[in-house]
Amino acid sequence: MTRAFAWIYLAVALGFIFLPVGMLVLFSFQDGRLPVPPFNGPSLRWYADVLGDRRLMSALGNSLIVAAVSSAIALLLGFLAAQALARYRLPGTLLMRVVLIAPFTVSYLIIALGLLTLYNRTGIGLSLWTAGVGHVVINLPLCFAILYAAIGDHHRNAERAARDLGASEVKVLALVTAPMLMPSMLAAFFLSFTFSWDEFIIAFLLTRFDVTLPVEIWSLLRSGLTPRANAVGSLVFLVSVSLLLLLELTVFRKVRR
Amino acid sequence: MTAALSIQSIDMKFGEVRALHAVELEIEAGEFIVLLGPSGCGKTTLLSILGGFLQPTSGKVMIGGRDMTHVQPKDRPTTTMFQDYALFPHMSLIDNVGFGLRMRGVGRKERHRRAGELLALVGLPDAGHRRPHELSGGQRQRVALARALAVDPDVLLLDEPLGALDLKLRRQMQDELKAIQRRVGTTFIHVTHDQEEAMALADRIVVMNAGRIEDVGAPQHVYLQPRTLFSAAFMGEINRIDGQGTGEGLDTPLGRLPLAANGKTALLIRPEAIGGSGDLALGPAKLVDAAFFGTHHRCHYAPISAPELRIVAHLPQSAVPVEGSVSELYADHHVLIAEDR
Repeated sequence: MTRAFAWIYLAVALGFIFLPVGMLVLFSFQDGRLPVPPFNGPSLRWYADVLGDRRLMSALGNSLIVAAVSSAIALLLGFLAAQALARYRLPGTLLMRVVLIAPFTVSYLIIALGLLTLYNRTGIGLSLWTAGVGHVVINLPLCFAILYAAIGDHHRNAERAARDLGASEVKVLALVTAPMLMPSMLAAFFLSFTFSWDEFIIAFLLTRFDVTLPVEIWSLLRSGLTPRANAVGSLVFLVSVSLLLLLELTVFRKVRR
Repeated sequence: MTAALSIQSIDMKFGEVRALHAVELEIEAGEFIVLLGPSGCGKTTLLSILGGFLQPTSGKVMIGGRDMTHVQPKDRPTTTMFQDYALFPHMSLIDNVGFGLRMRGVGRKERHRRAGELLALVGLPDAGHRRPHELSGGQRQRVALARALAVDPDVLLLDEPLGALDLKLRRQMQDELKAIQRRVGTTFIHVTHDQEEAMALADRIVVMNAGRIEDVGAPQHVYLQPRTLFSAAFMGEINRIDGQGTGEGLDTPLGRLPLAANGKTALLIRPEAIGGSGDLALGPAKLVDAAFFGTHHRCHYAPISAPELRIVAHLPQSAVPVEGSVSELYADHHVLIAEDR
């Protein structure tokens, strides 16, 4: 009895989470003008439409670039900060840690508004770069937290050995610390990548002519519901899921071994 | 390569705690030195100062005649073999061993050749492609030794490298370590708290306690002629009989012994120096109990003149100790140490 209830509960919970995504994906194959029941199809015409749309495709390219570059920068800065705070006893370490983690707790809207004000004041024009900076701000705490937690005593000892054998600080970081932290580095990078890839508010407020995919989708939705939006949404979802699966299969499996 | 070391009045303070007190030590090129002492005696601190990982509060470290006190580890002619080996887990053994050469700009081919030679030296030929996690503790240790020797250091520092190994493997590695040191001729400075290990390895043992050097000398000398009470007790079990020197003799619970001493003096006798013959008569004693230890019989005696006192003696295998029997005890070797030492 309890067992049956547990299964039902599981089915309902999963349904609640995945039904909207399922509907989105299902009606992206709709053979018709409206993504509403009844379902006719399946048809790939909306995917052909999306893949042939130059604005959508350039937005998709922009998204990939912004996600890759901003994640790489967030990872580099997060790594250096984590290494410094884990290794050296600096005055105000606790305060520095709090300041580094703080953007986690601030809403994306506030971060975007803050950056927007700053750009206006300093006369920096909005572009993919300015949105990228916003993504670095939100992903830096994530990278920092993951790497800070991953650094342990055996890293410290290996670094000591490397220095003893004649390695400069840069070489210690590049040849010993970073490779030893590789699983955590990849995890931080891919998580940052997916966050940046999906992010809307910051990208919306901080881009102008070239936009990222979520922003392009938003403008698509303003002109009404079509299976086209479903098709783009399904593609975005597919990329996110593939990244997470890749991460799960490579990095996390290695960590557990 | 090899070089002499000179440690000149090194003081080390951690806040209020004084870890080293005016440590002075001269080490010759090619010597195998063992720093021996209980945990917290300052031996590892001294090793870290020699390796450049710590800066002494005052004093100087000279290596090969050059002042190295404030030189970074990477620029010193020393390498360290760490207690936990600290191998690089993401590199193959050949890359681990070749790391120091890579840092010195040696080309890949030459690096691999030299690393292969060293892996062969430590008994791991043809293992170059393997990763550290595939190795046993003893093998990792050999790799750590090969890595530290690969850059041909003047001085090799060994921080309790045998501590994590089981007893049998430890004895085997001691023999190998000593043999390798003889072959490469590098000055070895080895830290341990195991006095047997110290005796097995050292040309000279440096006994340390509470941040000071208590005794320095060849194993035989430190064992048989310890300079201080601490050194005597740390090098192995010893009988201590406190007495008062009168100038003509030493007044002890055993009576007046014909020993030249003045003031409060401790008479120290190793268990194996006690038996049925010798040049120092200790008087009659009753055998309280005995146990066979393979190499010897370990016996507890209660002297007739001081029944509260216990004297430990190691009698040869051939002896037949009878509990409760009384016999005359003699010592064929002893040390006198004034109490203030």
